[in-house]
Amino acid sequence: MGRTAKAAAPRFRSGDRVRVRAAHPPGHVRTPYYCRGHVGVVERVCGAFANPEELAYNRPGLPAQPLYRVRFQAVELWPDYREDPADVVEIEIYQHWLEGAS
Amino acid sequence: MRGIHDLGGLPAGPVERDEHEYAQWEKRVDALMMLLSHKDRQLVKVDELRRNIEGLGADAYDRMGYYERWMHAIVQTLIQRGVISIDELGRKMAEQAGRGGSDR
Repeated sequence: MGRTAKAAAPRFRSGDRVRVRAAHPPGHVRTPYYCRGHVGVVERVCGAFANPEELAYNRPGLPAQPLYRVRFQAVELWPDYREDPADVVEIEIYQHWLEGAS
Repeated sequence: MRGIHDLGGLPAGPVERDEHEYAQWEKRVDALMMLLSHKDRQLVKVDELRRNIEGLGADAYDRMGYYERWMHAIVQTLIQRGVISIDELGRKMAEQAGRGGSDR
């Protein structure tokens, strides 16, 4: 794991709106279930790391995937959220889980 | 489908912040994982450990304790990697079964 030279090019920048793919592959997946299918905003790019889904099967996980910290409004994740409507959740998500959102 | 381990965002009770003592066997499992995953050996990756833990059925996942899940996952990974054979493991388990002792 860790930063590596063989990295996929970043497709998103800070401030971009992104949607998490609503996928359900088997194995070890680090994209929490509750954010799949939801839209957030890239807060920062965290670097690129070997894909843990591949590492979980003892494969190289290259090219490394850019990792983004994505900020979600709590009310986007949970429509019945009753606390402060300004509350946000930040989740670190690999690039192959994200697509551009308008 | 949501994995049994993937609890984020679900209703839950308060977080218990108490420290507790670990049994000797639990410390040994921790040490085993440190040795196997050491960068000079890399016989187990943390992602492999997670895959094998997350692959437990819901009943087993809930029934097993934290280090029991680790032990299960370490064993599975070492078999999957060919580090140990199933026969070797079975014989050793049978040999140890009657051992008992104060450190279990």
